[in-house]
Amino acid sequence: MAEIVIQNLRKEFGDFTAVQSSSFTIEDGEFFMLLGPSGCGKTTTLRMIAGLELPTSGEIFIGGEEVGQKRASERDIAFVFQMFALYPHMNVRGNISYPLVSQGMPRAQVREKVAEVARILGIEQMLDRPVSGLSGGDRQRVALGRAIVREPKCFLMDEPLGALDAEFREHMAEELRALHDRMGATTVYVTHDQLEAMQMGDKIVVMNHGVIEQFGTPQDIYDKPATLFVAEFIGSPHMNFLRFSSRIEVGATSVDLAGEQLGVPAVQAPFEGEMVYGVRPEHVRLSDVSGYRGEVIATEYLGTTQIVTLRAANGDVKARIPSDQPARVGETVGLAFDGATVTLFDAEGGRALPTVLNEGVLLHG
Amino acid sequence: MADVSLREVTKGFGNTSAVEAMTLEIPDGAFFVLLGPTGAGKTTTLRLIAGLERPDTGDILIADRSVVGETPAERNVAMVFQQYSLYPHMSVRDNLAFPLRSPILRTPEPEIARKVGEVAEVLHIAHKLDNKATALSGGEMQRVSIGRALVRKPEIHLMDEPLSSLDAKLRADLRVELKRIQAGLGATMLYVTHDQIEAMTMATHVGVLDEGRLVQVGTPREIYENPVSLYVASRLGLPRINALPADVFAGAPAGAATIGLRPENIAQGDGKPSHVVRVEHLGDQTRLHLSLDGHAIVTLTDVHSDLTEGDTVAIQPRNALYFDASGDRI
Repeated sequence: MAEIVIQNLRKEFGDFTAVQSSSFTIEDGEFFMLLGPSGCGKTTTLRMIAGLELPTSGEIFIGGEEVGQKRASERDIAFVFQMFALYPHMNVRGNISYPLVSQGMPRAQVREKVAEVARILGIEQMLDRPVSGLSGGDRQRVALGRAIVREPKCFLMDEPLGALDAEFREHMAEELRALHDRMGATTVYVTHDQLEAMQMGDKIVVMNHGVIEQFGTPQDIYDKPATLFVAEFIGSPHMNFLRFSSRIEVGATSVDLAGEQLGVPAVQAPFEGEMVYGVRPEHVRLSDVSGYRGEVIATEYLGTTQIVTLRAANGDVKARIPSDQPARVGETVGLAFDGATVTLFDAEGGRALPTVLNEGVLLHG
Repeated sequence: MADVSLREVTKGFGNTSAVEAMTLEIPDGAFFVLLGPTGAGKTTTLRLIAGLERPDTGDILIADRSVVGETPAERNVAMVFQQYSLYPHMSVRDNLAFPLRSPILRTPEPEIARKVGEVAEVLHIAHKLDNKATALSGGEMQRVSIGRALVRKPEIHLMDEPLSSLDAKLRADLRVELKRIQAGLGATMLYVTHDQIEAMTMATHVGVLDEGRLVQVGTPREIYENPVSLYVASRLGLPRINALPADVFAGAPAGAATIGLRPENIAQGDGKPSHVVRVEHLGDQTRLHLSLDGHAIVTLTDVHSDLTEGDTVAIQPRNALYFDASGDRI
């Protein structure tokens, strides 16, 4: 069990900078997500924590000890890969026992440990089966078992559920989180799946092009995105972006889009130029009284809710509304936005503009 | 475009029965989605209609004509597979034109050029027509293979999970797109998938398959609100419907073995006390994982709820669905 501190960590491969001077802290016992699209540097960061890559500069502390230049075997971590590499000629027990046997642990103790791990993972009945006949999920459980059995300081996981199908992934995600809650070991988990990150993580780091875009709790990142990239990457459907050009003053609580005054949280700094009015689909309502109008171009039924896509003066808008509310393709309707939840962005630089909503959050960015 | 009917169609492979006595009507202009898990018989049904498999018994009609004896080419159907298979040495234009140049169709070249232009416009790939097929992104390649099916105006389009190999964002865009194209053309479509979101958002008709049997057909809303069995109820809805022993809450009708509660159909505040096991903040919704008399329940709560692990919440059902011991709806 350990806290992991990353300071000014940087990694270059020749001319290419994979990770640019990152700093963040993973608290003891936290389930921590490194989230981003492929090529964003999340796996490289994880591999540096593991000791599979050496940083170009910067420091990594695991449990207070600087390990940046140490070998993987000296770091007391366990790594779970996306492609679970099991020993095909051994049975389940052999696979899980392997790390302990190779450490020279007495047989009786190994048996006891393996039995305990198998019980935690619910795979007791398959201990004597060959791994070749197991389903994808069971193989991943065995791979987890092999990681857990050593009781390392922390677990590092690189998209461990990436190879499973959607339904099963959801199930394994819950199982993994429940396992973490029982064991309380610090876990660093890499994924490109925003839902997985929101669902399992205590904290999330969102990365893009080797840079940390935002670091915080899932709900904060969702409600108060620091950049356009984060606002687009988190949430499905993602945040609506309405482009407009204007000048805003400190204290303003509305902005002018196509001649309509739309609400925003009180502005904290003046700005002039191209901006983006960012509003989540669930904060858009269809309203006859609103003068800001859009034409319905598609509806998607989702059970209790539906997603309605509308074409408005400043861009397309998706609204998540109750499915019993009528919305016909071709119809033009008024749109109302919940101004208190809106984020304004500088359209060019992509950074969120400070308002009373995101006060305090942007400083971490 | 035409109606397609299956009459008591059965197909087995060795000892396994893939499709059992299936009777199915696909009306002209329908977007019919067959939904089911792996092994439910979705793809076999599609292949039977395409003529890639022959039924053991039963009849298949396209526009009131029995096609069981016909070759795939004679049936005039178009199929799009999960893995886009384009001719890598040809341009996008030639890939799209290929089906029209078939010796059976004898389409004149100006006609081909016009149709290809039209379809490319609809699929937003007009600017890529002269690219090599291999110089496209995954989403563009899949759009070209959908386009190749669309140029032909066949009796029916058969699609086998065409979006499943794409990433989430592209999949969401193409769902809207495909629905728009189908509605615009008035095409008849049979689309198989295991993805409930695709079924709910695109279909005019959903057919739910369970081990080779068609267990319910209806609009997405009918299937969601009025499932005939617990199996159907658990195919649609995310998070999945909670299934608990019927006697957990009072008021179950006679013969009920299971109560089915959709996460949004659990009222908080009154009722039986349950324990909060975990709170998931997903941004647009917050999921509560509860434990009630040892049963796990998932429900939704206020996005900024301050409930935490270990809290107690009283819950009671609202619009519950009841099922008997064999899983049938009461």
